[in-house]
Amino acid sequence: MAQLFPRGSNAFARISIVVVLVVVGTGLTILLNTNRLHYTTDVQVAKKQPVPFSHKHHVTGVGLDCRYCHTSVEESSFANIPPVETCMTCHSQIWTESPLLEPIRESYRTGNPIEWVRVHDLPDFVYFNHSIHVHKGIGCQTCHGQVDQMPLMWKVNTLNMEWCLECHREPEKYVRPREEVFNMAWKPMDERGHAVSQALLGAQLIQDYDINPSTDCSTCHR
Amino acid sequence: MALGEVVETQYHFEKAKRILSLDADFMESGAASVRHARHVALGRKVIDGQKADMNRIYAVESTPSNTGSFADHRLPLKASQVEGFARAVATTLGINTTGGNSAGHDTWLNALVKDLAAHQGASLVIAGDHQPPAVHALAHAINNALGNVGETVTYTDPVEAEPTNQCASLKDLSVDMSEGKVSLLVVLGGNPVYNAPADLNFAAAYQKVTTRIHLGQSQNETARLSHWHLPEAHALEAWGDTRAFDGTVSIVQPLIEPLYGGKSAAELVAMMLGDGRADYDRVKEYWQEQYKDSDFETAWQTYLHDGLVPDTALPERSVSLTENYGTPSQASEGLEVNFRLDPTIGDGRYANNGWLQELPKPHTRLTWDNAALIAPATAEVMGLQNGDVVVLSANNRSVEAPIWIAPGHPANAVTVHLGFGRTAAGRVGNGVGFNAYALQTSDSPWVASNASMTKTGQTYPLACTQDHHSMEGRALVRSGTVDEYEKHPHFVHEMGHDPGPDANFFDGIHDNDGKAWGMAIDLNSCNGCNACTVACQSENNIPVVGKDEVLNGREMHWIRIDRYYKGDLDNPELYNQPVPCMQCENAPCELVCPVGATVHSAEGLNDMAYNRCVGTRYCSNNCPYKVRRFNFLHYTDEETQSFKLQRNPNVTVRGRGVMEKCTYCVQRISAARIEAKVEDRELNDGDITTACQGACPTDAIVFGDIKDPNSHVAKLKAQQRNYGILTELNTKPRTTYLARLTNPNPEISQHG
Amino acid sequence: MGSPAPIKDPTMPAPVLGPGQTYTTVTQKLSAIITSRTPLGWIAAMLIAGAILQLLMLSATWLLIKGTGIWGLNIPVGWGWAIINFVWWIGIGHAGTLISAILLLMRQQWRNSINRFAEAMTIFAVMCAGMFPLLHTGRPWVAAYWLLPYPNTMSVWPQFRSPLIWDVFAVGTYFTVSLIFWYLGLIPDFATLRDKAKHKISQIIYGVLSMGWRGSAKHWFNYEMAALLLAGVSTPLVLSVHSIVSLDFSVGLIPGWHATIFPPYFVAGAVYAGFAMVLTLGLPIRYFYGLHDYITDRHLNNMGKVMLATGLIVAYGYAMEQFFAWYSASPYEGYMMQNRTFGPYSGTYWSLILCNVAIPQLLWIKQVRLSPSGLFIISMFINVGMWLERFIIVVTSLHRDFMPSSWDMYHSTPWDWGLYAGTIGFFLFMMILFIRVMPVINIFEIRQLVANKSKHAETASADD
Repeated sequence: MAQLFPRGSNAFARISIVVVLVVVGTGLTILLNTNRLHYTTDVQVAKKQPVPFSHKHHVTGVGLDCRYCHTSVEESSFANIPPVETCMTCHSQIWTESPLLEPIRESYRTGNPIEWVRVHDLPDFVYFNHSIHVHKGIGCQTCHGQVDQMPLMWKVNTLNMEWCLECHREPEKYVRPREEVFNMAWKPMDERGHAVSQALLGAQLIQDYDINPSTDCSTCHR
Repeated sequence: MALGEVVETQYHFEKAKRILSLDADFMESGAASVRHARHVALGRKVIDGQKADMNRIYAVESTPSNTGSFADHRLPLKASQVEGFARAVATTLGINTTGGNSAGHDTWLNALVKDLAAHQGASLVIAGDHQPPAVHALAHAINNALGNVGETVTYTDPVEAEPTNQCASLKDLSVDMSEGKVSLLVVLGGNPVYNAPADLNFAAAYQKVTTRIHLGQSQNETARLSHWHLPEAHALEAWGDTRAFDGTVSIVQPLIEPLYGGKSAAELVAMMLGDGRADYDRVKEYWQEQYKDSDFETAWQTYLHDGLVPDTALPERSVSLTENYGTPSQASEGLEVNFRLDPTIGDGRYANNGWLQELPKPHTRLTWDNAALIAPATAEVMGLQNGDVVVLSANNRSVEAPIWIAPGHPANAVTVHLGFGRTAAGRVGNGVGFNAYALQTSDSPWVASNASMTKTGQTYPLACTQDHHSMEGRALVRSGTVDEYEKHPHFVHEMGHDPGPDANFFDGIHDNDGKAWGMAIDLNSCNGCNACTVACQSENNIPVVGKDEVLNGREMHWIRIDRYYKGDLDNPELYNQPVPCMQCENAPCELVCPVGATVHSAEGLNDMAYNRCVGTRYCSNNCPYKVRRFNFLHYTDEETQSFKLQRNPNVTVRGRGVMEKCTYCVQRISAARIEAKVEDRELNDGDITTACQGACPTDAIVFGDIKDPNSHVAKLKAQQRNYGILTELNTKPRTTYLARLTNPNPEISQHG
Repeated sequence: MGSPAPIKDPTMPAPVLGPGQTYTTVTQKLSAIITSRTPLGWIAAMLIAGAILQLLMLSATWLLIKGTGIWGLNIPVGWGWAIINFVWWIGIGHAGTLISAILLLMRQQWRNSINRFAEAMTIFAVMCAGMFPLLHTGRPWVAAYWLLPYPNTMSVWPQFRSPLIWDVFAVGTYFTVSLIFWYLGLIPDFATLRDKAKHKISQIIYGVLSMGWRGSAKHWFNYEMAALLLAGVSTPLVLSVHSIVSLDFSVGLIPGWHATIFPPYFVAGAVYAGFAMVLTLGLPIRYFYGLHDYITDRHLNNMGKVMLATGLIVAYGYAMEQFFAWYSASPYEGYMMQNRTFGPYSGTYWSLILCNVAIPQLLWIKQVRLSPSGLFIISMFINVGMWLERFIIVVTSLHRDFMPSSWDMYHSTPWDWGLYAGTIGFFLFMMILFIRVMPVINIFEIRQLVANKSKHAETASADD
C-alpha cells in the first residue's frame, strides 16, 4: 500500500508539539496583557479636545498653580474641570478674537458647558478621593505625570488597580511633603534642599503624616 | 362633642406610665405618630443597673397594628364593640354613662382600670381616629377622671386655620355639582374622583361641572376627567410653609428647580389672585409680617437653617367637658368591614411608587397588593385559604378581593386597605390590588356593618415576603418580662448557645489598631414600621423587582423586618426583628467565594466588591442569616431618566448577576473617615449614621465603634440583654440584638 | 466450531468473549460499524438527538440574554437545576474512568469491551457538566477567566479556599487526563481504521489521528507504558474529583450539606450512576449492533454486581444521614431530616429511596443481572434516582435552613428543564456521532482477548 504521508511527517509532528506550545504560550501572554497595553489604556495617547488647551503654556508659560482651575482637589473627591468663567477670567481680555477660543466664548454666551474629553477616568465602581491623597502628600505629578510639559493632556499611568496597589502597599516610595504636592519639578530632598533618597524621606513622612493606606476592598469599591 | 368646641389634643407619651389605646394605632397613623413612637419607646428603654421603669401599654384594637403588637396586653374587638368597652371603662371610673360592655373580658377590663387608676396623672387614654365621636368623648372624660389633663394630655387650639368637617363639605360639593350648580372647579392636588366615598358618586357629579381644572403631580383619575391638568410642583421643588401637629411652623424649602415645570398650589392660587411676586418673596414677606422684632434677616436665615420657626407651637389651653357622650350604640352582630389607609401607599397617592408598593406591609408582609384580612377563626369557618377570592359586599356595594389570614384579627370582621385598584396611577401602580373605596360610604367611612363575604372559588396570587411565621423553637427573638429580667438578667443568654472562648482556631485575625464597627438593635424599641427598609433602599440604590419576582422570592431589600408569631393565633404575640448583614467576624460567605468578591476589612466589615462578583451565589447559600440579595435579572431601571437624579452617586449601581448586601453604609463610613483625616481629627461616636439608623423613629438601631467603650453601641452591647443570633455557628456577628422585654400586668394571666 | 460444546464448569467465570472469535472477525465486526454505509436508523437517531440539542442552544442563549432569573432560583435556594445537573453529569463520568483506569490496574479482562464507550461517555459527560458551572453564574463572561489564576491587572488571585475553585482544577484536570487517556487508547484503533478506510479523506484523517502508528513492538511497548502511567494518574482522580465536588457542599455550613460523609458517599454514588449510564448506553448499542459476543453475560453480571455494591454503599449513606440527624441532637439537623422525609419535598425523597435503594435490590437475583431488559430498566431508575439525590441535597437543604423567615420553595421553570434536556441531547448527539466515527469497542483490546483465549486454549488443550 502506498504511503499516505510524506517522509518527513513524523519530524513535522514532533516539531509541531513545540510550535503549538510556543504559539499558545505567546498567545496567552499577549491576551493576558491586553489590559496593560498602551492601546487599551490610552497611556501616552493625547486626546483631541474641543479646545486644544495646553497645560504646558498655562502652567510653565503663564505660571498658573493647579488649583487655579482644579479648585476642589483639596476638599473633594473630584478634582473638577473649571467652569468656563475661570477661562474667561483671562480670556475676556486676552486672545479675545482667537478662533481657537471660540468654543469658550460660545459656552460663556450660551451657558452650555464645554464637552471636554475625559483623559483620566476610572470605572464607575471605583471611588477615588483626591482630597485625602493630596492631604497625605501625593503629588499631582506622581499620578498625572509632567502635566506642565504637556501641550495636550495624556495619561502617563495606566490607572489599573495593580498600579494603585503599588503605592497603597508601599506608600513610602511615592509620598512627598505636603507643601510640594503641587510642585511639578520636585525631587526628593530634605528641608535644606539637599537631595535625599525617596526611601528615607518616605519613611519619615509615613510617620509624620500617619500614612496607613488601606488595601481593603471597600476603600475604593462601594 | 366632648368639649363643645374644636380643639387639638396633644399627647405626651414620654410622661405616661400606663397607656390605653382604644383602637388607636398611635405609633403608625396620624400626624404625630413618629413622635409618639419615639416617646413610647423611650418609656421602654431599660438599662442594666438602673431600676427598670417601663411603661405598660394596653391596646384594644379592631385590626392588627404595630401599636397592638408592641403593647403588653392586646385585646382584639370588633370596631363597633370598642364603644361598649370604652363606656365600661368610663363607668368603672365613675363617669356618668351607661351602655358599658366588656365583651366578655371583665377580668381584663377590671385589671386595666385598676392599673390606670393607680397612675393618676401618669396614664394616657387615646381613641383611634376611626372610632365614632362618642368614643373620643369618653376618652377625654377618662383622661380627665384620671387627672391626666395638663400632664400626659394637653389641649391646644386647632392647627388647621379653619377646621371643617371635610367629609360633610365634600358631600355638599358633590350634591352641588350633581345639581349643576358648579361652573368652575379647581382641584388643588388630591384625587377625589378616585378616593371620595362611593356614595357621593363624585366622578359622575364632577363631570357635570362646566370647567374642571386639576393641579396634580400626575395625570390621575381626577385629571383624566378634567379639562385642564396643571403639573404640580413637588413639595421639595417649591417654597412654602407648613405646620406640624403641635402647631410648630416650618418653612418649606425647595431642593431642586421643578423638574417638570410644576407650580405649587400656593403659586397657582397667588396667580389667580393676581399676585405676581416670586414664590420666595411671597413666603418671606408673609413671615416678615409675622415677625415683630427688628432683625428679620438673621431670623429668616435661622428659620431656613434650623428648619423650624421657634416658639410657634400652639400654647396649652384649658377645656371643659360637656359630659355629652351620646346614646350608647349596640355593637353590630354581623360581619364588619374596617377601612384603613394602606400602611405604605396611604390613600393611594403613592400607588405609583415602586419602593412603597414593594415595601412589605407590617404584619402580613404582603407587597404589591391589598387583601381582605380576616381572622384565622373566620377562615376556618368559611374554609378559606390565603389567596382565595371572595366577593365582599357592604352598603349595597361589592368588590372582589383575595383574602389573607391575619392572626390576631377579631373574628367576624374584615379589614381592607384603601389606595389600590387605581386606573390612572401610572405604569407602576395601575391595576394593582382591588379598590376598597368602592365599598366606602360617607356616613361611616371607616366601618361598614352588616357586610357579607361569599367565596368565588377562584384564587389570586399574593406576593408575601415571608412565608413562615414561626421561629420553630430557635432563639431568634428573645424576650421575657421585665420582672424576669430584673431577677435574672442573664436569662437572655440561657435561651441560646454561645460558643466557648476556645471555639476559634485562629486568634484575633481581625484585630487591628483602628476602629471596629458594630451595630446593636434594640428589639424593645422596634415597632416594625419598616422605615429602615426604605431608607436603606434609598441610600443604596436598591432596585425594585416587581410582584412576579417577589412571588419568586427575589425581593432585594438589604435590611428586612422578620415577623414571627408565637402562641394562640387568635391573639398571638408578634415579634419584629430587623435583620441587616451581621458582618460576621468569621463570615461563612467569605470562605466560599471563588473569586474573592467578598472579603473582610480591617475594621470588621464584610466588604462586597460588586465588580468582582461573578455570581455563583455560594455566599448566599452559606449565609445562615440569608441577608444576601442577588440580581437574578437586570432589575435596575436604566431607562427612566429621573432615576439618574435619584440615585446615590456614592454607591455602585449593580447590574445583572451580581450579589449585594448591607455594608453598614460603608460609603458613609468612608466619607466620614476621609473628612476626619483631611481635617486631622479623630472620628467621634455619632459622626457616622447608617441610613437605617437615621430613619428609625425609636432609635432602635445604633451603629458605632465597638472598641470605644464610651460609644453608644459599645454600651448597648455590654448590656445583659445583648445577644447575637445563631452564635452557636461561631459566626461572631457584629450585629447583635437587645432582647425584648414586656411589662405585663400580673393580674392578667396571658398576653390577651 | 469443531470441538464439542464444553461442559459448563460453575467454578469458572463466564467468558469475556463470545465463542469462535478470531482477529479477523473482531476487526471486521467492529470496524464495519464505521466503514459501512450510514444506516437510516443512525441518521434518525442523530436527527432526534440534534433536535433535543437545539433545546440546549435555545436555553443557553436565553439564559445569556436574560440572566439566571429565568430559572426557579431565589433567596434562599440559590442553586437549583444547574448544580444538580453538574454533579449528576460529573458523577456519571466516573464510571468510565474507573473502568478504563482502575480495572486496567486490577487486570480485569472484562473491561476491554466496555472501556471505550464508557470513556467516551466520561468525556461527553464532563463536557456537559462543565457547561453548568459557567452558565449558572450571574456573569459567565467574566467567570470564564476570573476563576483561573493568572497575573491580572487587578493584582487579585482567585480565592483558593473556596471549593468552587477546587472544582475548576479538579474538573479541568479530570477532563484533560480523561481526554488524553481516551485518545491514547484510540491510536491503535485509528490506525486500524486508517488501514480499513476506503476514501482518501478518511484515510488522511484517521492517519493524522493515529499519529503514524505502525503496530511495532516499540510502539506497543510505549503504548503499554503510557497507558499504565495514565491509569495510575486517573485512578486517584476517580476518588478525588467527586470528593472535591462533594466538598462544594461539605464546606457549606447548612444542615444537609455540612457532612463529612459526603466524599465517600458521592464517589460511591458517582460509580453507581456511572455504571447505570454505561448500561443505559451499552445495552442498546449491544442490541442494535449485535455485539453480544463482545459484551457478554460476564459483563452484564459484573456491572450488575458493581451497581449493587455501590448501591449498598449509597443506601448506607442515606441511613447514616438519618441516624446522625437524630444522634447529633442538633435541632437544625433534626429538622432538616424530618423536613426531607415528611415535608413538602417528601415525594422526591421517597422516590429516591425507591429508585436508588429498593428497586436495585433486584440485582441480588442473578437472572436479573443477566437480563438486558431488566438491567436497562433498573439502570434508568438509578439514573433518575441519582438525579433526585442531588435534587434533595441541593434544594431541600437550602429551602429551609437556619432562619425560618427565609424559608421558601423552589419552583422549576421550563428553562430549567430545557437546559437539562438540551445537555442530554448534546450527550446523545456526541455519543451517536462517536459510534459512527470511532470504534465503539476497543478493537485491539478485543484482539488481545482473542490472543489470550487461544493461548489459554492451547495450554488448556495441552493440559487436557
